[in-house]
Amino acid sequence: MKNLLEAHEVSKNFGDFKALNNVSISVPKGSIFGLLGPNGAGKTTLIRVINQITMPDSGHVILDGEPLQSHHVQNIGYLPEERGLYKSMKVGEQALYLAQLKGLSKAEAKKRLKYWFERLEIGDWWNKKIQELSKGMAQKIQFVVTVLHEPKLLIFDEPFSGFDPINANLIKDEILRLKENGATVIFSTHRMESVEELCDHIALIHKSNKILDGKLTDIKRQYKTNTFEVGIKAADKIALAETISQKFDASLTNFRSLNDELKLNIKLSENETSNDLLSYLTSKGEVSHFVEVIPSANDIFIQAVKNN
Amino acid sequence: MNHLPLIIKREYLTKVKNKSFIIMTILSPIIMIVLIAVVAYLSQLNNNKTRTISILDESELVTDIFQNGEHTKYNILNNVSLADAKTIVEEAETYGLLYIPKQDSIDALVKHIKFYSKETPSLSVISSLESKLENRLRDVKLQEQGIDLDKLTASRTNVNIAQESFIGEKTSKLDSYFKLGFGLAAGYLLFMFIIIYGNMIMRSIIEEKTSRIIEIIISSVKPIQLMLGKIIGTSLAGITQFVIWLIIGSILMTVVSAVLGIDLMQQTPQNEMLQQAMENPEAAVEIQNAMAAFYNLPIGNLIIAFILFFIGGYLLYSSLYAAIGAAVDNETDTQQFMLPIIMPLVLAVYIGIFTVIEDPHGTVSTIFSFIPFTSPVVMLMRIPFGVPIWQQVLSFLLLVGTFMLTVWFAAKIYRVGILMYGKKPSYKELIKWIKY
Repeated sequence: MKNLLEAHEVSKNFGDFKALNNVSISVPKGSIFGLLGPNGAGKTTLIRVINQITMPDSGHVILDGEPLQSHHVQNIGYLPEERGLYKSMKVGEQALYLAQLKGLSKAEAKKRLKYWFERLEIGDWWNKKIQELSKGMAQKIQFVVTVLHEPKLLIFDEPFSGFDPINANLIKDEILRLKENGATVIFSTHRMESVEELCDHIALIHKSNKILDGKLTDIKRQYKTNTFEVGIKAADKIALAETISQKFDASLTNFRSLNDELKLNIKLSENETSNDLLSYLTSKGEVSHFVEVIPSANDIFIQAVKNN
Repeated sequence: MNHLPLIIKREYLTKVKNKSFIIMTILSPIIMIVLIAVVAYLSQLNNNKTRTISILDESELVTDIFQNGEHTKYNILNNVSLADAKTIVEEAETYGLLYIPKQDSIDALVKHIKFYSKETPSLSVISSLESKLENRLRDVKLQEQGIDLDKLTASRTNVNIAQESFIGEKTSKLDSYFKLGFGLAAGYLLFMFIIIYGNMIMRSIIEEKTSRIIEIIISSVKPIQLMLGKIIGTSLAGITQFVIWLIIGSILMTVVSAVLGIDLMQQTPQNEMLQQAMENPEAAVEIQNAMAAFYNLPIGNLIIAFILFFIGGYLLYSSLYAAIGAAVDNETDTQQFMLPIIMPLVLAVYIGIFTVIEDPHGTVSTIFSFIPFTSPVVMLMRIPFGVPIWQQVLSFLLLVGTFMLTVWFAAKIYRVGILMYGKKPSYKELIKWIKY
């Protein structure tokens, strides 16, 4: 079984509003799958369908080879974007309760909570009430509760919101560790730098439709424009730029460098290769910088949304 | 996976361990008892005063009917003019002066009887004096017409019609009071229970929404399980509270009356005078009748019906409260939805009080004891008067059917509503949610 989760042609309407329109995604086992999209695109609805909170109007979801059933909630850990805890309940009691709802026995839940609380250095919070904790502290507990029952599938909706950089990093490392231990992660966020850092696969949902999906590297390959960023040392930069422009599609650019050089973005046509360009450039001067421009997740996101 | 017991346990424990719940549970009966004790104590202080009423009887017809009682003394004035008597009474600062002038006929006399006092006298004092005078003057009139009073007394017959239904159940007027009492108590209890604990359910759902834990929970639990768990857990907490109230209340009642020496059910001078006015030699018989009346109630039927209708009615309404809690974001938004819930409840209590008492098997009572939103209250009030089993069963089945329908409806609203933040839905939107 290659994919842990497959959603097939899932549609959902709320009255006249189409929240999801025949959306299909495949989440490979052991991957971190980025579910991206502008606000109100339908990401949360899709996540809720996977969690069986919302029933789809049509389409179906398959988890680990089986059609989604109610007992599967034990195999899923979900950290929603709108999240909170009972304010007046003690941290320990609350975590135990939520763990038991996920099917853990009380003793087992206690044992695992102890482990996690020590790991995240929050052991002395056990008897505190949530209202005594800061938002970031409460988020840590929510994270623990989400992963405690060791689900096959973890779904994080904006997991880093509310964390300071240190704790965000801590959580990021924990997510990566969980992945190494065999969990599959669906990760929904607006923060593209964490997509770059974490995700192997992404799907982009826009206005209830999936407009893009696949391996992040494949998508980048697909979106790259055959453009190279080059730097050439030259005495007369303006003249050189003129000369190059006559042969290639070049434009001035800027990047960080220690040299005072001519900085250009050069877009190659389909029958030109990077070697053609490089050999041409070396004939004009000393090439100090030569790198292919890879589109960032952010660029892809903006471009894909705009094109639709 | 059935998480219902776990949810019920949490709901129950959080409610019961809640500080304000504990304080309310302990404090309410104390406050109630203290209030009753204070009122009783104060009225006792007030009533310990002996009232002295001076009598100036120029007609000499009624002097001997004024016998001193425990709290009322009569001071008979002789051979003084009305003006002097007024002065005497005013200076003595006693309660007042009853003046009976001398007239030719009794009919003329009654027009001139007067009561003088500094302040307006209490109504019970005046009516007791009036009834004393009426009895005496009637006797005088009868004697004037040559009727022997002893014979008249001897001829008095006390009729107490024995009532019996066709299947042989004996009933009496007293029975009716007991039935009424039971019906009212049951109906009112249900009414209070629904309002207090329905609101509690609603608030706890709103709390889950505002604290944003709801989505975490319903990713592991079906919304209907969570809703039922909340309803049952809160109800159990409510029953606990009620039982504690009863226990603390009765203990305190005993302690307070023993320690302070206040008989909370004591006789006041007013009662005393009224009792004198309507002498009743058959008090002992009445008590026996009361016991009999109590045993005459269809107790088995009452208890079973009470439990079933109480649970059914409570669950019906609490599921509606749950739906409201799910639909809104904060308590102030609940107003527009509360009215349609409170209305049938209030209607039921009014029908119970005004119609069932008058005519327990009349058309109005019967119809409303079948309509599910009023049936728990109205039927509970009717049952002591004897309702055929088939009617009870039919009404209960209707109630259960409606209950299932409202739970389904509430669960739909609940499922959608708990995930809707930040807007106050209209009725139209609620209807739309059902189709989601």
